[in-house]
Amino acid sequence: MSDQVSVEIRSNVPSPFCGIASDDLQIQVSGLDVRVVANGDAVTTPAFELPVEALKPRVAGVECSLDEACARAAELISRSHYPVFSGFGTDVNDTRAALSLIDRCRGVFDQKRSEPSLRNLLVVADSGWMATTLGEVKNRADVLVVFGTDIEDAFPRFFERFVWNSETLFGQDPATREVIYIGREPSGRAAYAPDGRAPWVLPCPSESWPDVAAALSALARGARLQASEIGGLAIGDLQKVVERLKNASYSVVTWAAGQLDFPNADLTVQQLCQLVVVLNETTRSGVLPLGGQNGDKTAAQVCAWQTGYPTRVSFARGYPEFDPFLFGTDRLLASGEADLLVWVASLSTLPLPVTDVPTIVIARSGMRCEREPEVFIPVGTPGIDHVGHAYRCDSVVALPLYKLRESGLPSAQAVLQGIENALDAL
Amino acid sequence: MLTKLAGGKVYDPAHGQDGVVRDIFIRDGRIVDGPGGDTPDRTYDLSGRIVMAGAIDMHTHIGGGKVTIARTLLPEDHRGDPAVREGLMRGGCGHAAPSTLTTGYRYAEMGYTAGFEPAVLPINARQAHMEMADVPLMDVGGYVMLGSDDFFLRLLSSGADQRLINDYVAWTIRSSQCIGVKVVNPGGISAFKFNQRKLDLDEDHTYYGVTPRQILQSLARAVHELGVPHPLHVHGCNLGVPGNVDTTLNTIAGIEGLPMHLTHVQFHSYGTEGDRKFSSGAARIAEAVNANKNITVDVGQILFGATVTASGDSMRQHANAGHANPAKWVCMDIECDAGCGVVPFKYRDQNFVNALQWCIGLEVFLMVEDPWRVFLTTDHPNGAPFTSYPHLIKLLMDRSFRNDMLATINPDAAALSNLGSLQREYSLYEIAIMTRAGAARLLGLSDRGHLGAGAGADITVYRPQDDVEKMFEAPDYVFKDGELVVDHGMIVNVVWGNVHTIRPEYDRSIEGRLKDYFDRYLTMHVDNFPISDWELEGDGRSKILIHPCRTGGRS
Repeated sequence: MSDQVSVEIRSNVPSPFCGIASDDLQIQVSGLDVRVVANGDAVTTPAFELPVEALKPRVAGVECSLDEACARAAELISRSHYPVFSGFGTDVNDTRAALSLIDRCRGVFDQKRSEPSLRNLLVVADSGWMATTLGEVKNRADVLVVFGTDIEDAFPRFFERFVWNSETLFGQDPATREVIYIGREPSGRAAYAPDGRAPWVLPCPSESWPDVAAALSALARGARLQASEIGGLAIGDLQKVVERLKNASYSVVTWAAGQLDFPNADLTVQQLCQLVVVLNETTRSGVLPLGGQNGDKTAAQVCAWQTGYPTRVSFARGYPEFDPFLFGTDRLLASGEADLLVWVASLSTLPLPVTDVPTIVIARSGMRCEREPEVFIPVGTPGIDHVGHAYRCDSVVALPLYKLRESGLPSAQAVLQGIENALDAL
Repeated sequence: MLTKLAGGKVYDPAHGQDGVVRDIFIRDGRIVDGPGGDTPDRTYDLSGRIVMAGAIDMHTHIGGGKVTIARTLLPEDHRGDPAVREGLMRGGCGHAAPSTLTTGYRYAEMGYTAGFEPAVLPINARQAHMEMADVPLMDVGGYVMLGSDDFFLRLLSSGADQRLINDYVAWTIRSSQCIGVKVVNPGGISAFKFNQRKLDLDEDHTYYGVTPRQILQSLARAVHELGVPHPLHVHGCNLGVPGNVDTTLNTIAGIEGLPMHLTHVQFHSYGTEGDRKFSSGAARIAEAVNANKNITVDVGQILFGATVTASGDSMRQHANAGHANPAKWVCMDIECDAGCGVVPFKYRDQNFVNALQWCIGLEVFLMVEDPWRVFLTTDHPNGAPFTSYPHLIKLLMDRSFRNDMLATINPDAAALSNLGSLQREYSLYEIAIMTRAGAARLLGLSDRGHLGAGAGADITVYRPQDDVEKMFEAPDYVFKDGELVVDHGMIVNVVWGNVHTIRPEYDRSIEGRLKDYFDRYLTMHVDNFPISDWELEGDGRSKILIHPCRTGGRS
């Protein structure tokens, strides 16, 4: 048994994947093998346990040294007129290094999941909002409205950690909390109270969600509506929801923008935000936009403080410019404006777009590409292979990420800096 | 490496030097007494130039959640001031909520070498530090915000021993890697979560049954007894409310002689006289500051134009949200810890209230007698962006310019102000006190803000000009830790600054109590809460400087 790899159990490990920064994971590490042994879930566990595959970079499918891969990447970047960097999917330092390179080569910073993020960000930039955070939900919320979202599908531990907790700071019994689903029905029983009480569900087709959100906002303002039903929901029921919110001490309205997948969904988010603004004229309420998994929020935060804009930023004119439409990766590739795709994703393994332009992939080892890119550089994952920082969905809390194993994989930060150094050498 | 700055006119109030012509020697980033027999590797002929320590902004919102909320809120503001990638400078944006990189470049171009973020939420401290780490060319530090966090309020309302509160305050300062403690609308941010819409100095928090006066006393005592050099940094009750001058005066009286710093006091110096029930309380505030040596203030001057107000004071920001211009704003309740409110604002010189606010700030500057106890701030970006400092300095140094400006503002406001009758003009020496020596002393930075041996060589060299605004806008040279970083307006070297901290001692038994509290109520494990040194220094840019606490503070 002399060749047996030592097994180590790590406690209180933070997850950069789940969007709610669960930091109570127990993880067993044995060589390169990582197992979540306690407090995992359907999102976090596979993300931690993704096996390491490639350890060496490839250029045109052929294994090579990191220096050679960086040199080839630098060559492609220097030849490109308009490179688009997307994915992100990254921790703080990876994003910092990427922005330095993008600024230098006058490229675009975009994210695989910019579209969902923009459904919220456009609202902030247009009218703002009144928001709350997970810790306030855990201790204060008496009514939770879930709009158009099946929370447990994307955030399996949300209810366990923040709604059905055993006690609160202010003497409220969390088991008495009222949960109201509007639009989408919950797929499981996470939203059921500990005593088995079901949430109040008001299902309606997604085509009607913009109208339903607008109706809630209007009713809260005291408007009288001509319609008697919207999307099959009786106005009387919507009125009851509003009354319940008005009588609550601290209500929370939540959604996951990724699940509001229809055109102009930002306008629906805006109505929900206006509803909460109106509620705050007499009582307290906050919005809680869920999202930001796998480094989405982290990359957007770094981009916001370094450029002024959270995502979809072009440096083509020598300074950062933001445009939620023009600087989308898919559009830039489809129109032929972008002549190079650089995919950077140290946390996420979401697929990259299939394109005919040369492609550089800097992604966590284990990521699969449908088509072999010109350059593939496998990197370590922050929070597994090296230290780092990741934000959770409410943009407030950033957790430290720890190194769990010795894989020898470089960080995306080191690779991106290597490419920038290689540009200097050209 | 030995550098000689030869023959400049030195304004170094920490050593009483008021325009003394002398040489300064720098060895390995520090100022030294003399060349020690060595020939300087580099000599700068500074004859006819003015030499001061690098300027210190002791209250500027340069990092943390609410600043990035302000950035996200205002893309149009960034579009109006794009910062082009140029030379060593990366691209970014300027004006009211500038990008971190541009923040550093523009401060350095004005000769500032340090800035302190005054509203670091404990739960958001990691973000504040990560943002400040991306501010080049500047030393940074933070004041950690307490007073509306539930752990503290539970201690206070349960009648906990002051020693326990001290331990918690010390643990929080260390966990958040800060250098001071700030309180914002004491208890008010928490009260707002319970739907209280105002909280006067002696009004009970509806849930905890404690008053802001008790909160202030407890925190000021903790800061004093822990030996924290910087007095409790206080953003008082009733910000912006007409009549709040009485609250502020009561706050001064109520602290019972303990050291206290009243921040952006302009916003807390409003009376209710006159037809519009809005008047200047500056004379009363200045009188109280002059009489109470335990009190220091920074002004939070407003200057006309568009900006954004970013504050931890969710209660008052929500109350003022109707004034948002453009009409959008963000308020947030945060983690049973604090809150924030971000409201864009346009100060107009023809608006009566704004014009009087402008007068009130200047009145405070000119009527507080001791320049060691009043500091030059706009509460960036709340009163105006920091880039307006040279203009503000001119208003203080040039009476005729000030009176010319006074003649252009809302005449009713001008008529209600005694500004026109104030003769005082600040000297260069006094400006150096306010923006260097005094700020360093107030924060306990023994190696900054002066030009004596042992100081970090943060040095700014100006060419004297008739127009002091132009002089302070663009120094000839700026040195950061001995490195020339700005040469006649050009950034010639990008270095990264230090993080100034303190590490007060405390009884570790508080940690068991905190673990239990985190486990039961909060959303993260207590071990993941404190910011480790590797998080600040790990990438090789920032360096932590730990300043000593005073001893013997504990009674």
